[in-house]
Amino acid sequence: MITVSRRRFLKITGFGLGAAAAVSASEPLAKSAEYINAKTGKGKGIEKIPTTCDICFWKCGAIAYLKDGELWKIEGNPEDPLSNGRLCPRGTGGIGAHFDKDRLKSPLIRKNERGEDQWVAVTWDEALSYIAEKMNKIKAKYGPESVALFSHGIGGNFLKHTLKAYGSPNVAAPSFAQCRGPRDVGFELTFGEPVGSPERTDIENADCLVLIGSHLGENMHNTQVQEFSRFIENKGTLIVVDPRFSVAAGKAKYYLPIKPGTDTALILAWMNVIVSMGLYDKEYVEKYGFGFEQFSQLISLNTPEWAYIQTGIDPEIIRATAIEMAKNKPRTLVHPGRHTTWYGNDAQRSRAIALLNALLGSWGRKGGFFFPASLDIPNYPYPEYPHGERGKVDNPGKKYPFASETITTGIREATITGEPYPIKGWLVYATNLIQALPDREETIKAIQNLDLMVVVDVVPSEIAGWADVVLPEDTYLERFDDLSITPFKKPFISLRQPVISSPGDTKPNWWIARELAIKLGLGHYYPWTNIEEYFKKRLGAAGYSYDELKKKGILKGEETPIFFEDGIEPVFYTPSGKIEFYSPQLQAAGFSPVPEFEKPKENPPGYLRLIYGRSPVHTFSRTQSNHLLSDLYEENEVWVNTSVAMKYGYKSGDKIRLANTYGVKSEPVKVKVTERIRPDCVFLVHGFGQTSKMLKSTYKKGASDSLLLKNCSTDPLMGGTGLNNNFVTFEEA
Amino acid sequence: MSRLGMAIDTRKCVGCMDCVVACKTENNLPEGFDRDWITTEVSGSFPNLTMQIRTERCNHCSDTPCVSCCPTGASHIHDFGGVVLVDHDLCIGCKACVASCPYDARYIHPDGYADKCTFCIHRVENGEDPACVSVCPTYCMHFGDLDDPNSEVSKLVASRKSSVQHPAAGTKPNIFYLE
Ligand code: SF4
Repeated sequence: MITVSRRRFLKITGFGLGAAAAVSASEPLAKSAEYINAKTGKGKGIEKIPTTCDICFWKCGAIAYLKDGELWKIEGNPEDPLSNGRLCPRGTGGIGAHFDKDRLKSPLIRKNERGEDQWVAVTWDEALSYIAEKMNKIKAKYGPESVALFSHGIGGNFLKHTLKAYGSPNVAAPSFAQCRGPRDVGFELTFGEPVGSPERTDIENADCLVLIGSHLGENMHNTQVQEFSRFIENKGTLIVVDPRFSVAAGKAKYYLPIKPGTDTALILAWMNVIVSMGLYDKEYVEKYGFGFEQFSQLISLNTPEWAYIQTGIDPEIIRATAIEMAKNKPRTLVHPGRHTTWYGNDAQRSRAIALLNALLGSWGRKGGFFFPASLDIPNYPYPEYPHGERGKVDNPGKKYPFASETITTGIREATITGEPYPIKGWLVYATNLIQALPDREETIKAIQNLDLMVVVDVVPSEIAGWADVVLPEDTYLERFDDLSITPFKKPFISLRQPVISSPGDTKPNWWIARELAIKLGLGHYYPWTNIEEYFKKRLGAAGYSYDELKKKGILKGEETPIFFEDGIEPVFYTPSGKIEFYSPQLQAAGFSPVPEFEKPKENPPGYLRLIYGRSPVHTFSRTQSNHLLSDLYEENEVWVNTSVAMKYGYKSGDKIRLANTYGVKSEPVKVKVTERIRPDCVFLVHGFGQTSKMLKSTYKKGASDSLLLKNCSTDPLMGGTGLNNNFVTFEEA
Repeated sequence: MSRLGMAIDTRKCVGCMDCVVACKTENNLPEGFDRDWITTEVSGSFPNLTMQIRTERCNHCSDTPCVSCCPTGASHIHDFGGVVLVDHDLCIGCKACVASCPYDARYIHPDGYADKCTFCIHRVENGEDPACVSVCPTYCMHFGDLDDPNSEVSKLVASRKSSVQHPAAGTKPNIFYLE
């Protein structure tokens, strides 16, 4: 079975000269030096401008190359500790965002009903006045808390500031309840601190790495992939647990093809082996652990034989892998994952992963988890925000007692029910809620209850189609954003700055947020007029030079210890001040103090579990209209195991629809017949099957996994949505 | 004489296509065409599988059917490092070279000439690595002189198990895949 990525190449060369000639009319995707020289007749003039990538949220330091004033290419900034001078494929193709033919060009106000995609182009003044007027009405009638902001990435920082100044605490990102939330809560309950982003994992120094569903190499968070490669170079032992034979699985010493939803059983059995054979880090557990006795008793029945029944993994393999982990301790890293909202009981699974790491003594140790260092740059001295009577709307009565951030779906629910108080305005910054949230019709129902719906984005995303006002933002290549102060192995700060001007009437978010604040009568919250003034004030207060940052793109601080063995003080911010093997706070709240296995839902007859993941060349649904990236992967395919495909008579390339148990059907999608997946599930790359009519280049290409996600169970600890809990069958396209 | 080539570590390669997109921007390739690509080879049946992922391109062979078959001399071997190049002005787009290459490394550019990987000769002559090599986030690609026994590529090929693509075609390819 051989697959070649050269799709377009083969298709076009196959047609011969006639078809090829038709292509020649198209402009090149990116303008190279030769091209520009030939076109402009100008001499050589290369300008390099350091900036920070924004194709995902890793925030790699980059250097943009201009040739005679035209954007040519972008590379990693060698000074940057995240990219080490090398961007991931999405970052390398990032310049395609500037050339995107579908991008928004001017502010828009809707003409007809919401969602009909009929627009009038307006001026910035008209658009912002309209928004301010509506926001003031909402404030007068319902109170300022009734406007919520959904935002992803540092780009949204200034809108957050404006919304807080306006008086609302309701700011949420799907990165919590639809992504890394369960993991961060599970680790916080155990070690007193979340894993954070970038993950505090020291992959490169691990001797044994365990990936549970985490598909590094397809998921391209740059530094992790670079470290993963060094780990392979160092001949570390790799253990991969995944229902799908991922790229990482292809490099593993042990591949465990687990039954979806049973990971906790496997992790409990691993811990059972390590404890019962006395293989754990005794000194570490004794010194830092709390409740180990109760813990070991509670897991004593979770033997590999018991886990085999649940997971389908041979007990001897469970034992062998547990021994392998213990042999390499403390340099065994059981990776906490990132996107962990799978089955609706994910915080407890993440806690089990945290506990396994605790047994191996890897938290705070080299080859395990480090304590991130970051530069201390004070916030801008703004006036205090107003404090309303009403708290956040998303989690009334602390229904989800361990939610440590705002729950997007909680805001959505309040918008529908009006409880605990009405939400009447949504500001949506750079997050396509149509694909990011499950139960799409709930999102649309909530939007129908709004008096104001604003979307700020670079492209006309699907959520923009539901807005009253769409505000076009500069791409990251055309704008300044807030300072990026990333906690990592070395303390540093990086700057995103414009490298080229926008071809349309677009604006940077800081300008949008500031102008909106002025229109709302909140101008005193923006004592600066230009963002560079703001940078100078903040950096100056910490003794750094803005001019130097602008020139280099990166400023580094003194390296400090990041591991216990290098002298960092072991502190655990849990109630006991120790690593909580047994958690009294969970028990007090009515949850299992030690993770327990819950059986997943079984497949209904004739249905397969829908799982999803990443392509290395796309970030969610944000990048599909970037021609450099869509040229590499234009539409997703549904992965179907060979034996299943044979039963249905499908071959690779056949078009089908997926239908879930509620009768929701996907757009037509190609079948990828493969041995690389269990026969009881199917896999899609997330972010495709978009239905924004304005996003012409990607309209209805492939299938949307999120369209098929309905009635997802919710994590009782923290409100995360279980996104791998839907089952699909095949229908004719 | 030098013989430029690559040693590519397939254990490290994740097939992310960064090399493909870097080539596109560096060399201004038209939409729909690539000079390098990823091949994934899977064998076995689930779950007992093995998989090799390779980044592929022109092998800059030492025995070149694409040069011998060219009627105009457009396809030629460059003095510097034996790199196989196409002179766009001499090329008449007859596609003989496209057909002769066992690696399917060539295509006809929309402007009518045969095109393929140049090992980024414009960078290499300035002492830089090809764009694909220097972008790779897994550091799986190594570039250098295979005739120099002390070069990194020579040492890697000498010390590690490796293979070339289609050895039976007799082209003496200069890209080695480390296993
Ligand atoms: S990981 Fe890739 S997309 Fe994300 S910031 Fe880094 S280079 Fe950009």
